[in-house]
Amino acid sequence: MTARFQLSRRALLAGTAGALAMPAIRPAFAQGAPIKVGVLHSLSGTMAISETALRDTVLMMVENINAKGGLLGRKVEAVVVDPASNWPLFAEKARELLQVHKVDVTFGCWTSVSRKSVLPVFEELNGLLFYPVQYEGEEQSKNVFYTGAAPNQQAIPAVEYLMSEDGGGAKRIALLGTDYVYPRTTNRILRAFLNSKGIADADIMEEYTPFGHSDWQGIVSRVKRFAGEGKKTAIVSTINGDANVPFYRELGNQGIKAEDIPSVAFSVGEEELAGIDTKPLVGHLAAWNYFMSVPGAPNDEFKKMWHAYIKNDKRVTNDPMEATYTGFAMWAQAVTQAKTTAVDAVRTAMYGQKVMAPSGYEEQMWENHHLSKPVMIGEIQGDGQFNIVYKTPTAIKAENWSPFIPENASRRRG
Amino acid sequence: MTRFLRLLAVFLLFAAPLRAQEGFEAVVAGLAGGFAAQAEAVERLGALGDPRAVPILRALSEGRLQKSPEGALAIDGRDALTGAPAPTATEAIRINNRVRGALRGAFGRLELASARDAERAAAAAGLFRARSPENIQILEDALGREANPGVRATMERALAASRLAAPDAGVRRQGILMLGGTASPEARGLLLEARTASPDLAPEIDAAVAAIDQRLQLRRVAETAFQGLSLGSVLLLAALGLAVTFGVMGVINMAHGEMVMLGAYTTVVVQEAFRGIPWLFPWALPLSVPAAFLVTAAVGAGLERGLIRHLYGRPLETLLMTFGVGMILQQAVRLAFGAQNREVISPAWMQGVITLPGGVEVTQNRLWIIIFSLLVLGLTVAAIRFTRFGLEMRAVVQNRRIASTMGIRTGRVDAMTFAFGSGIAGMAGVALSQIDNVSPNLGTGYIIDSFMVVVFGGVGSLAGTMIGAFTLGLVNKLLEPWAGAVLAKIAVLVGIMLFIQRRPKGLFALKGRAAEQ
Repeated sequence: MTARFQLSRRALLAGTAGALAMPAIRPAFAQGAPIKVGVLHSLSGTMAISETALRDTVLMMVENINAKGGLLGRKVEAVVVDPASNWPLFAEKARELLQVHKVDVTFGCWTSVSRKSVLPVFEELNGLLFYPVQYEGEEQSKNVFYTGAAPNQQAIPAVEYLMSEDGGGAKRIALLGTDYVYPRTTNRILRAFLNSKGIADADIMEEYTPFGHSDWQGIVSRVKRFAGEGKKTAIVSTINGDANVPFYRELGNQGIKAEDIPSVAFSVGEEELAGIDTKPLVGHLAAWNYFMSVPGAPNDEFKKMWHAYIKNDKRVTNDPMEATYTGFAMWAQAVTQAKTTAVDAVRTAMYGQKVMAPSGYEEQMWENHHLSKPVMIGEIQGDGQFNIVYKTPTAIKAENWSPFIPENASRRRG
Repeated sequence: MTRFLRLLAVFLLFAAPLRAQEGFEAVVAGLAGGFAAQAEAVERLGALGDPRAVPILRALSEGRLQKSPEGALAIDGRDALTGAPAPTATEAIRINNRVRGALRGAFGRLELASARDAERAAAAAGLFRARSPENIQILEDALGREANPGVRATMERALAASRLAAPDAGVRRQGILMLGGTASPEARGLLLEARTASPDLAPEIDAAVAAIDQRLQLRRVAETAFQGLSLGSVLLLAALGLAVTFGVMGVINMAHGEMVMLGAYTTVVVQEAFRGIPWLFPWALPLSVPAAFLVTAAVGAGLERGLIRHLYGRPLETLLMTFGVGMILQQAVRLAFGAQNREVISPAWMQGVITLPGGVEVTQNRLWIIIFSLLVLGLTVAAIRFTRFGLEMRAVVQNRRIASTMGIRTGRVDAMTFAFGSGIAGMAGVALSQIDNVSPNLGTGYIIDSFMVVVFGGVGSLAGTMIGAFTLGLVNKLLEPWAGAVLAKIAVLVGIMLFIQRRPKGLFALKGRAAEQ
């Protein structure tokens, strides 16, 4: 209760300060407390490999917005905490950000389990979280904006591509995943989708492995055997994080060529490929809403900004970074429009915001708290980049409550 | 069927030699189109059989073929057709899997008469997958002049596969009989595919598939056994160092995994250092082994002298302290090298599969790691059995005070033993860099497994560690096909828990400092 009171008093003070600062003649930053942006990404532990780049993206956006004179005439300040890939710690750090640092907005989380862990905190304290990673859907909170893809913006179009003539016309699908909520939910949706397309359960193989699994010999040879039943087979991979590298290595070593058994991955981007020799993997696929190789001015600008910030031209950009960028740009627009950082006002202002994303498409925030996004399929190339072989003509609206899950029939669609 | 008709149409269209000239150029121009147009152009070029197509298709498959905005094709700055310099700005032509599949078939037709064995074999393998009755004739001709038995076998399989797609039932039956005589999983797949297309031949196909299955059965058992041995060798490598530090000295070293990780990063550093020296670069991996040993042994010695020796006899504090050291090492590496995975190049002799007698396919990197783990085990046993250091170490373990009265500097022996164990972990890191991610978290995945192996095998016994590692690897891989990777691992853990209840000292109980306590 105290916290809530302090927050509003603080907002009032800040508002007054902002108003008083208005007549000042173009100072670098007007007086008034800085706007605080929380960064809730793991900088140590298993997820550090993926999440550190997202912290850097937020810091880059903060630096960039300050160089342009800040937001509402106030300086923007990042508050970085490290939840250390520890799911309960995510909730504690979220509480710290909201109650101790009193941040106006938070950018954070990668795994679904970390998001589920902080969700009650953001709802209790009426915070605002931007979540930048593709996920399994089945969620919609008024305190979260989801800037990554829902299943219909990634998984389903990718499988449709595999079944198309260009993708090889797959008739048998091996669903391989890491054993946690995202792969299991996604595969449940995919199984229902495949069944609706006339693929019987006998033609679907489903296998799960622990986090960080490194011994893929058995599973890859089982996939080989599964593929040897006389129908074109493809792999759909929801393998997460580190486990991908040994998986792809095993595919390469066992001589599985993309022409024979193509695989499409939902969690493998440029950053993950940085650790492997991709020559044996040429032709395997990934589905995202953005690739670093997207042509066009918005992406060139994004890449230039990133390389200038990180001071290393070799560093790659990837889909969650793009989603962080888009989310931040949208939030800044919404704050400017609402003329305040108060959560409820910003939330209302977010609906309908449009941003020209680095993907080259105009993305819009809808009232279901999800973005409309284009779907792209890329083939891995020898240099660790993706060759885009398919993209949707327009951005697609998210269906965060999948129609392929029977329990959702009664739910309101946003 | 449509594909066959299309090929037939193309064949008829270009049968007249007069038209072939302009036809060739028109077809090549199709390579600049969309993926569907590309695939069609590639198929046509294969059907035309014009040798001029080979360098163009080769360039296309390697990403060197470029197109100008006007649609002119160029290879390495020269016009693809005329060879004249191509000045206009060009962009590389990209292909997808469909085009790659078409390329394989086209190369198959174009290179079946190549002078090089490897190219002819690759061509035949391409035709095996393309499986079009169009190819029956050229394969028969090629078989007529082929002398190399390996290439002949591939061609025969390709011929059988092509016959399987023929319109005439008699020819198809021939193909089925030939494929039924092989022991190839791909042939099995083809036969099953053909079964739906030609129900009249179902009995023959079923017989052929049954024959293949029988031949494959033994091979599958052998492959599962190899996978088990491979997992066992990884467990052995990870656990050997711990068998020394924990097994012999009784130090619960939670930073053991980080020693493995440091060894893997040493491999990265050595590789980076050698990158500029072409003649030395292929040796980067073998040379990383001693380098990793020295680096981790030095870290281990420092750790023992600086911290662990103050905590002997206090296992709980040692556990907490080494756990903290592990976290510090992890974060230090993360700060120094970044959180991203580092790439370790596998030398060519560690990539791909080799086929053992009997057709058992094993991946090379796994095979080398099995050999390496046995070598490291041999060296460890030799160092403990036959060197003065080993003798002193055993003496200190058996009775510290008497060893001390004999003039052995027990403190120095402790430091060296710990350094030795850490060094072995470092060598394991070199091997693991070939199959796992080189990231700061590399070690955390192995620490539990390592303790599991050492405790199961019997604390203090190297033979126990080896047998324990291979047993666990085999059991895990035998359970995996029907229980899944997650359940198999749980089942193994439960099994060990029950086993330790019955035999708390593991498979081989030895006397040692740890065993006495």
